[in-house]
Amino acid sequence: MAKVTIDGIEVEVPDGTTILNAARKIGGELVPPAMCYYTSLKDSGGKCRVCLVKVAQGSTKDPRPMPKLVASCRTPVMDGMVVQSKSSAEVLEARKAVVEFLLINHPLDCPICDQAGECDLQNLAYEHGAAATRYEEDRRTFEKIDIGDKIKLHMTRCILCYRCTFVADQLTNDRVHGVLSRGDKSEISTYIHKAVDNDFSGNMIDVCPVGALTDKTFRFKSRVWFTNPVDAHRNCTKCSGKVILWKKGDDILRVSARKDKYGEVTEYICNECRFEHKTVSDWTTEGPRHVEHNSVISQNHYERTDLLKLKKEIERQIEFEKGAHLPPEPSPKLHE
Amino acid sequence: MEQIQFSEDTLALVNRIIKRYPEGKQKSALLPVLHLAQSEFNGWLSAPVMDYVASILHIKPIEVYEVASFYSMYNLKPVGTCLIEVCQTGPCWLRGADDIVEHLQNKLNIKVGETSSDGMFTLKTVECLGSCGTAPMLQVGAAYHEDLTNEKVDSLLDKLRNENKRSSYMK
Amino acid sequence: MGKKFLLEHVNVPGIETLPVYQSKGGYASVEKAIKTMTPEQLIEEVKFSDLRGRGGAGFPTGLKWSFMDKKSEKPRYLVVNADESEPGTFKDRYLMEKLPHILIEGMIVSCFALGSKTGYIYIRGEYMYIVRILEKAIDEAYKAGFLGKNILGTDFSCDIYVHPGAGAYICGEETALLESLEGKRGNPRLKPPFPAIAGLYACPTVVNNVESIAAIPTIVNITADKYNDVGIGKSAGTKLISASGHINKPGIYEIELGLPVEEFIYSDEYCGGIWKGRKLKAVVAGGSSVPILPANLILKTAKGESRLMTYESLADGGFVSGTMLGSGGFIVMDETACIVRNLWTFARFYHHESCGQCSPCREGTGWMEKVLHRIEHGHGHMEDIDLLVSVAKKIEGNTICPLGDAAAWPVASAIRHFREEFEYHVKYPEKVKDPKHFEKEPFVSESLLMNA
Repeated sequence: MAKVTIDGIEVEVPDGTTILNAARKIGGELVPPAMCYYTSLKDSGGKCRVCLVKVAQGSTKDPRPMPKLVASCRTPVMDGMVVQSKSSAEVLEARKAVVEFLLINHPLDCPICDQAGECDLQNLAYEHGAAATRYEEDRRTFEKIDIGDKIKLHMTRCILCYRCTFVADQLTNDRVHGVLSRGDKSEISTYIHKAVDNDFSGNMIDVCPVGALTDKTFRFKSRVWFTNPVDAHRNCTKCSGKVILWKKGDDILRVSARKDKYGEVTEYICNECRFEHKTVSDWTTEGPRHVEHNSVISQNHYERTDLLKLKKEIERQIEFEKGAHLPPEPSPKLHE
Repeated sequence: MEQIQFSEDTLALVNRIIKRYPEGKQKSALLPVLHLAQSEFNGWLSAPVMDYVASILHIKPIEVYEVASFYSMYNLKPVGTCLIEVCQTGPCWLRGADDIVEHLQNKLNIKVGETSSDGMFTLKTVECLGSCGTAPMLQVGAAYHEDLTNEKVDSLLDKLRNENKRSSYMK
Repeated sequence: MGKKFLLEHVNVPGIETLPVYQSKGGYASVEKAIKTMTPEQLIEEVKFSDLRGRGGAGFPTGLKWSFMDKKSEKPRYLVVNADESEPGTFKDRYLMEKLPHILIEGMIVSCFALGSKTGYIYIRGEYMYIVRILEKAIDEAYKAGFLGKNILGTDFSCDIYVHPGAGAYICGEETALLESLEGKRGNPRLKPPFPAIAGLYACPTVVNNVESIAAIPTIVNITADKYNDVGIGKSAGTKLISASGHINKPGIYEIELGLPVEEFIYSDEYCGGIWKGRKLKAVVAGGSSVPILPANLILKTAKGESRLMTYESLADGGFVSGTMLGSGGFIVMDETACIVRNLWTFARFYHHESCGQCSPCREGTGWMEKVLHRIEHGHGHMEDIDLLVSVAKKIEGNTICPLGDAAAWPVASAIRHFREEFEYHVKYPEKVKDPKHFEKEPFVSESLLMNA
């Protein structure tokens, strides 16, 4: 086990845990954002640079600080490590820089993008972005390619997190798409117009942090915040069958996998569940999907407030304000 | 359609190359084998050629596309018989690389990136080729042509036209 | 005349062949090393020689060797980095073309020291004609019993292979090089683990520059003690300098570290002074990545001391008034050179060569190139100059590999030392639209005129 201090809060984690996961164990606002890292996808992370943190002390054994900011998603903790995340101006400056870089060539077409409302880049820009752009050059464009009848690829929105390629490599045995070309001409492509077509390809949609890969069957159907997400399941031979149904009235507009609070899919689902069961009778409904209070999707959420839980939450927050200790599950918006 | 198949000699060479790497690491041979493929199949890598290379090395076609599109020496589109690559980075620019490019454009009546109407020459500007002490310079196939002047360029073009041989890094 | 450890016999006819090379003392170090020394002794010897990596970073070679994982059961690899692509650098090409055997000799000794049975030379694809020169030399070495099984009758066996790249500067970064050698895209790896622990095929690997390995035979032959007698302090031995740009005698020069920069530029033994009788304006001393310095600061440090060709002296003044020895790519500019245009070509280079894996470099290099293109072509605004400084700063230190820094430093330093020239481009767009603007009318600093 290793003890690590992040923004003044100590946590003990197994050896080999990354700084990011140690921070997630603490929770709250000190958790670095992550656009490319994905816990269940081996080799993911390190690329987007948005999770950079400062290591003020390397370890108890070697207390020297690390010379540069490090990617928290790929740097393992050491016993006695001291990390600065939100408490370092340098880190916040670097995050701001990365957001600016991610946005200069982004089309900013949120008004017509199906990902709007559940887009990690939108959230990141809201937290760390500037109001105006300093970029006056032409934005990058790509030749459009059709990768199949289920998934829509919008390359201009892609931030090259590589997650979808890891999904194809690790969830399926026949990867037909990848990252082609290099530098800022890099693109996700199949090279020859080959349909991405296998039982688990739909998960590429769920792991995509932006609107680069979206569900063709949901295209332009509704803004996500006008839908009513419910947890449901069905008996499936290929996957767990545990999904979210994104409904409007009795219509199922979209089916997706369930995600945890860091936006990561907990159990991947198959394409049959995702694309071929759009009638309510195919599913057993479990109940409303929990939506974070600060999410735009909560505009229309139908979760019943558990008053007892809310009371406890408020008590915990009050304790936190007094400086006692951080509550395990802070909900920052509650006490505002 | 033409059958895509390495000559026997090349295939033997490919097998020797694969043996340079440990067992199971035959993917390591991808860069050298793509060079051979480009040289053998008309100076560029078409999708069927890349698929053929994938089959030889027992890897997925996408792994070949990813690599071929990363490295600047692989042509993913057809090129003229002779591909002329002029270095344009700082040290060459300081000694007149722009003039050489200008001269070539006028002489061949094409812009950078284009192929002459007779299909003989494709003109490309490239980044530093490690010939800064003999700048300006250009590369055709494996050969470096250094300390260039307009006159030297002219006689080179004449020579290439007379030889009428496809340029290749492997020859 | 300074000492020549590498190029002493470079002009001997036939020196690229094994018999002639051997007649000049070639391969003596193999005999000495594998018959009279242990690997540990060799590593200590290289450490003691103070040899520093000649590829650009200047990391002590012996120390790098000592990191090699000795507990691992896996095979160990020596990989020679011959992916020389830093603009202004062409020394490895010269060395391999003229003296292929010195590299092979160095590799055999190094493999013995590192416990490696296999060495790869990763050479940039554009140097394909040198692949043939090296392969011929390797064949000769096999036939003479310096390579293959039971070298010189000992139980040490070693194979060497040449592996061509295919056009990617990034593969000069050691982990990108290893990816490429594995047949993948040249995307640098995240570190740790370092190659000494998990390098080629996840096995312990040392990656060294051509010139570093070529220095090994000398160190073994004359001893580390004598090797580091040459040079000053931690800048030991000799270094190949690639001299280019506006000088009378561009080419490769082997210098003793410690040579005054002024002597290097003006002496007939080296660059032979500025061409066409013009004045020196600026120098990029260690390849395109290092900060550019104006004439006054390259000849003398800010403290007024004579600047020397050493790692330390060139770095004197930090990034405020100093630079770096880097790969030894010495690019000289005369008074007619446009600093902005030169910088734009560098920015274009880094934009072209960014692997695209991490966002600051992928997006930032292109941004800087576009802004510089605008300024150089007469479409810049005054705010663009500070914008460039800001973008460079946001890339620096935030990327996976050093390419980001390499792209940022030239921009920051050019603006630091030549801001007025950037402002001139914004103020007089019509004048700079002629690509040869300063050739016709050299730029003169307005502040200098006012002071005069």
